[in-house]
Amino acid sequence: MKLNNFLASAAMVLGLATAAVADDKTKVGFVYVGPVGDGGWTYEHNKGRLAVEEEFGDKVETVFVENVAEGPDAERVMTQMALEGADLIFTTSFGYMDPTINVAKKFPNVKFEHATGYKRAANVSTYSARFYEGRAVQGHIAGKMTKSNIVGYIGSFPIPEVIRGINSTYIHAKKVNPDVQFKIVWVYTWFDPAKEADAAKVLIEQGADVVLQHTDSTAPQAAAQEAGNVITFGQASDMGEYAPMPRVSSIIDNWAPYYIARTKAVMDGTWESVDTWDGISTGMVEIGEISDAVPADVKAEALAMVEAIGSGAYNPFTGPLKKQDGSDWLGEGETADDGTLAGMNFYVEGIEGDIPQ
Amino acid sequence: MIRLEKRPQSSHTWSMATPLVAVLATMIFGGALFGILGTNPLTAIRTIFFEPLFGEFAFYYRPQLLVKGAPLVLIAIGLSLGFRAGIWNIGAEGQYIIGALVGAGIALAFYPLDAWFVFPLMIIGGAAGGMAWAMIPALLKVRFGTNEILVSLMLVYVAEQFLASMALGLMKNPEGFGFPGSRNLQEYESAHNAELITGTGMHLGVVFALIAVIFAYVLLNRHMLGFQIRLTGDAPRAARFAGVKPARLILFCLGASGALAGLAGLFEVSGPAGQVNIDFNVGYGFTAIIVAFLGRLHPVGILLAGGLMALTYIGGEIAQGQLGLPSAAIQVFQGMLLFFLLALDLLTNYRFRLTRGEVA
Repeated sequence: MKLNNFLASAAMVLGLATAAVADDKTKVGFVYVGPVGDGGWTYEHNKGRLAVEEEFGDKVETVFVENVAEGPDAERVMTQMALEGADLIFTTSFGYMDPTINVAKKFPNVKFEHATGYKRAANVSTYSARFYEGRAVQGHIAGKMTKSNIVGYIGSFPIPEVIRGINSTYIHAKKVNPDVQFKIVWVYTWFDPAKEADAAKVLIEQGADVVLQHTDSTAPQAAAQEAGNVITFGQASDMGEYAPMPRVSSIIDNWAPYYIARTKAVMDGTWESVDTWDGISTGMVEIGEISDAVPADVKAEALAMVEAIGSGAYNPFTGPLKKQDGSDWLGEGETADDGTLAGMNFYVEGIEGDIPQ
Repeated sequence: MIRLEKRPQSSHTWSMATPLVAVLATMIFGGALFGILGTNPLTAIRTIFFEPLFGEFAFYYRPQLLVKGAPLVLIAIGLSLGFRAGIWNIGAEGQYIIGALVGAGIALAFYPLDAWFVFPLMIIGGAAGGMAWAMIPALLKVRFGTNEILVSLMLVYVAEQFLASMALGLMKNPEGFGFPGSRNLQEYESAHNAELITGTGMHLGVVFALIAVIFAYVLLNRHMLGFQIRLTGDAPRAARFAGVKPARLILFCLGASGALAGLAGLFEVSGPAGQVNIDFNVGYGFTAIIVAFLGRLHPVGILLAGGLMALTYIGGEIAQGQLGLPSAAIQVFQGMLLFFLLALDLLTNYRFRLTRGEVA
């Protein structure tokens, strides 16, 4: 009886407390596919969340749930956030696409932002970053620095996002080093340090002295450090703790400005469904500091490329380019349109192997 | 000095009580863990156990308990039959995947045909797929004496590769812009495992789970086969003298558990999940092992244990969202439950005795 009373009063206090804060604050929810401590993808999204808190202070309340499986679990977590009064929900993995659309239908007054997908609705925006712009810079550095002429690439899932990155890297490595060869390993996970480490070791054993990754942990960096004389690039996050070797540069996803702008739009009542795909020019994609392990001339060329992409003077997918099967893709001076890039499901000419089917 | 003494007979009282004591111990030690993380333990426990059932949004969470609990119960019931007889199917996760793939494959083959027979065919296919996958370790064990624990477990990884290949190739949505994943079966009416009554979470998988509980209960208590299963588990030698054919029992137990796991996969892929995708499986097949033991391998116990497990999942998510608890802490909390259960099981067969210290 006493325990019951106690629980009841505890429940009341909690109920009042949540009711009190729910009123005038803008509540923003984040659904993460990995743990916030992954040091990569989810870590950067969470930094964006913290930036929102810092920007708006008391006017905003953020909540997040990490390690959410793609599918029915994601749908439940989103519903839970919407029920508890979230005004804006960021769903930060491709696999949350259909769940986001489903939940958005049930909560027309809640705004949703889905990362890296292609389905939109009146209250669902999509956003992604042109990571391939950063890949071009990495490809240049990789092509210049490899001695074995073998570049290893850890792919997560063979989806357009990842294939775009491989193509962009390859095009720019090949441009400065015609002998370069890519070895690609698919691990079918975004975050699994053990698998990523295994993949890195396999690639290194096969002679790769550059290992790129489209996965979120720092396990490949650790494997490269152990092997020595292998360079890597930070993925999604700077991974600066592995600089200057093996991490010689990185692609940093900077979601903070976007998250702040979208939260502001909800506060001001100006939020609209949009499709955002930003790159180096707006700072959504940043190139982490190029370390001293990279020769000065290569570093200068890389920085010039960053500059050119940022200003719009250079598009990483500029013809002439052919597809893997030898057919023409882009003519001289022609650049790829966003539609083709968004659904990219082919390798460019010169990459060996098939995209898994 | 405290000594452990073997009971002449295992204690029936303790066998019933340990799950409850284990839940209590988990609450206490889990609460302490949450306290160390800076959350009020009472609030955390209340959020996990009470919020989904009686909280403000219980109208949404209660149906979700069915959605989350049904596959666990369905799989665990099947596993418990084998576990009782000492036949260890650890690969339900793989059978779950194959059941889903066969079922979804049938749906996609008929797409967009609108016909009443599509869904029943999928159900048969799902069960057959799961059963066929479980027959591999069963036949290997019967024929060559291989270890079914290893074979069934390894086949999970084979099934996962198969799943990835299907999601990226054969079953890929032709209108999906090159992205992996099949068509969404929720949008294909003939194949959609919809809620029977909207808003209740009650889909056909939940009904099947309840039927499975009743069937297992009758089988174990009223049927010769059930008697043989229990006898083989309790006294293998006596079972042989009583004329139990081990091979038949192995085929039955693995086959039945595979079929049920396959059904769970089918209902999931055609209902809550909606599509075949690379990471379609989220570990129900493994969690069901915990559920089976938590429920004392008893059909009714499993039903309750499935509900409890679903509760900690959903409550755990709420606790993350509301209280900012890390997901790892929730996983530790769930792990504690099994740990305490197994540790306290000791009391079923042993008792503590206080004795005077003897001089050596």
